[in-house]
Amino acid sequence: MLPFVLAARVLEPVLALWQRRTGHAGMIAVFLIPNMTIFGIFVIVPLVLNLLYSFTGGAEILLEQRPWVGMQQYERLLDCQNHLQPMTCREDQFWRAVHNTARFVLSQVALMVTVSMITALILNRRIAGRGLWRAVFFFPVLLSPVVVGLIWRWILQREGLLNLIVVRLGGDPVIWLNDRFWAFAAAVGVSTWAHMGFYTLILLAGLQAIPRDLYEAAEMDATPPSRVFWRITLPLLGPNLAVVLVLALIRAVQIFDEAYVLTGGGPGTATMFMTQYIYEVGFASFLRNPGLAAAASILMGGLLVVLTLIQLALSRRAERMRQR
Amino acid sequence: MTGLKTFITRRRGHGGRWHWTDVASWIWLIGGTILMLGPALWLLSSSFKDPAQLAEFPPTLLPYVQRVAEVEGFDTPLPLYTVTLPGGETRILAQIRRLGANAQMVDPADPALRISVPISQRAPLREIGLATANYTDPFLHFDFFTYLRNSVFVTVTATLLTLLTNSMAAFALSKYRFRGRDAVMLVIVGTLMVPLSVILVPLYSVVSRVGLLDSLWGVILPTIATPTGVFLLRQYMLTIPDELIEAARMDHASEWQIYWRIVLPLSAPALAVLAIFSVVWRWNDFLWPLIVLTRRELYTLQVGLNSYAGELNVQWHYILAMTVVTMIPVVLVFILLQRFITTGIAGAGLK
Repeated sequence: MLPFVLAARVLEPVLALWQRRTGHAGMIAVFLIPNMTIFGIFVIVPLVLNLLYSFTGGAEILLEQRPWVGMQQYERLLDCQNHLQPMTCREDQFWRAVHNTARFVLSQVALMVTVSMITALILNRRIAGRGLWRAVFFFPVLLSPVVVGLIWRWILQREGLLNLIVVRLGGDPVIWLNDRFWAFAAAVGVSTWAHMGFYTLILLAGLQAIPRDLYEAAEMDATPPSRVFWRITLPLLGPNLAVVLVLALIRAVQIFDEAYVLTGGGPGTATMFMTQYIYEVGFASFLRNPGLAAAASILMGGLLVVLTLIQLALSRRAERMRQR
Repeated sequence: MTGLKTFITRRRGHGGRWHWTDVASWIWLIGGTILMLGPALWLLSSSFKDPAQLAEFPPTLLPYVQRVAEVEGFDTPLPLYTVTLPGGETRILAQIRRLGANAQMVDPADPALRISVPISQRAPLREIGLATANYTDPFLHFDFFTYLRNSVFVTVTATLLTLLTNSMAAFALSKYRFRGRDAVMLVIVGTLMVPLSVILVPLYSVVSRVGLLDSLWGVILPTIATPTGVFLLRQYMLTIPDELIEAARMDHASEWQIYWRIVLPLSAPALAVLAIFSVVWRWNDFLWPLIVLTRRELYTLQVGLNSYAGELNVQWHYILAMTVVTMIPVVLVFILLQRFITTGIAGAGLK
């Protein structure tokens, strides 16, 4: 902190002089330039370059050394006899990743919304030690994906805790992460474990914003609890629930870190998702192809933009409902 | 005691009786607690086990260490075993060495007497204890300390720069009217939706062009102009009354002084929230450092940990201990600053 304070001391007279010469406009520039420069170089420029990359070929990373190939990368990605069967596609890895991601998104989002909704509803009851429970469910959210992946790899390994439980219950040990089905289920379960606390918090905030007097009125009329839930809680929570749904969708589409540390995409390609495909084609694989990775990331980005626009519209609606 | 009991059992209505939903709620909460905290506790317990114990199945819940005894005539302490002798009698003996299916044992009380015992007849004598070498070895013999230092440097520098640049931009965007302000805001909000994974390839080429590949600054700089931070701080600064700034101008304060001495201190709550999130984000970053850093001595903790875990011969006893160390700062942040984090999420949808 100290260097910052000292720098500010030195800066003060210099900037006062600058202000005297250029006025407010000059100062606005001073305030904006550091952030906007970094932002421009590392966000805006890459966004534009990405499009250019997707029209070029070869393995070179510098743009001027890459030959222009037009739409070839997109054609290669989309060339399929049957899009539902990755085997028939020219870029079968990409379609496997797309299929895995689609299956992952559907199952993980459904599980995530259900589990965090139940937890939020329970935490919204008048229950002892609510702050403590909330903290407990939130705890994994802050853990790094690498830590999360390693914790669960350790539990799911052959001599691990889960097999201890299975054996105690009379079953045979399973090498969970070597099994296509279980590895995929683990990716879904672990990512839900890691992030459900976040969505629970948003839903809980929404539940707590529902006016108490509505419930009191319902109680006076002796309305059955299930009716209270369907007629009061759910409609008033609707906008928050929609935000949570879309946010969970956006995050699930980008799944990478936890799953990568947990399974490395395997066994085979059973848990290879789109971001891992982009990473491997762009950087990690032997035959790297940055243009193909850029094209794939633009396809994924397009999907995310659509989802985000929906989210923005929904949260704006939620905001308006809250103000009413 | 009765106070505690009524506290624990208090709940909504239903005339004092327990409703089935109360029972279901408690089952959910307790089961959830085991599921949420159990894995981390299991990690902690495992991280104190020695390699032999980690390879055992079924695993024990707590870490044990082999008991050893000093025996006359031997330089190093010998491990103790409970041995069942042919007569059915059990004795505690120290093992000198193992020879095939037999072990040569010695009675610590009578060092002259050597006994050969089949290894199936002996069981290690253990007590609850911590294999702290799991923690000390990585610091002494591996690059773990370097990784830790790199992670701390990245986290602290990136967070300070994030707070400074984001708050300056937020100040300009909230307290001045100028042409293009709405356009700048639109661009910032627009890029909230651009995740790293979408611009991976071109960002790599930009970072390589400005010569920051294989440098910690290549990890730091792309992360500091977070649109989320600018957005959060601007929303907060909008609530600071403009009269305060007008009054300062009357007193001939310069614009920089207004930012540094008035607006920044008043934005402390929002800065605190952003600081906490920035620390957690940067500490946990994985994909970007994984791409930018290829030299081992530059690895951050997350990348280093992943590379250890990806080795052919995974040394779990070290990895588990290092995972615990990697977790510590985040757990501390969580315990001490949980309140800020929950308000940050509920209020601004940060993550």
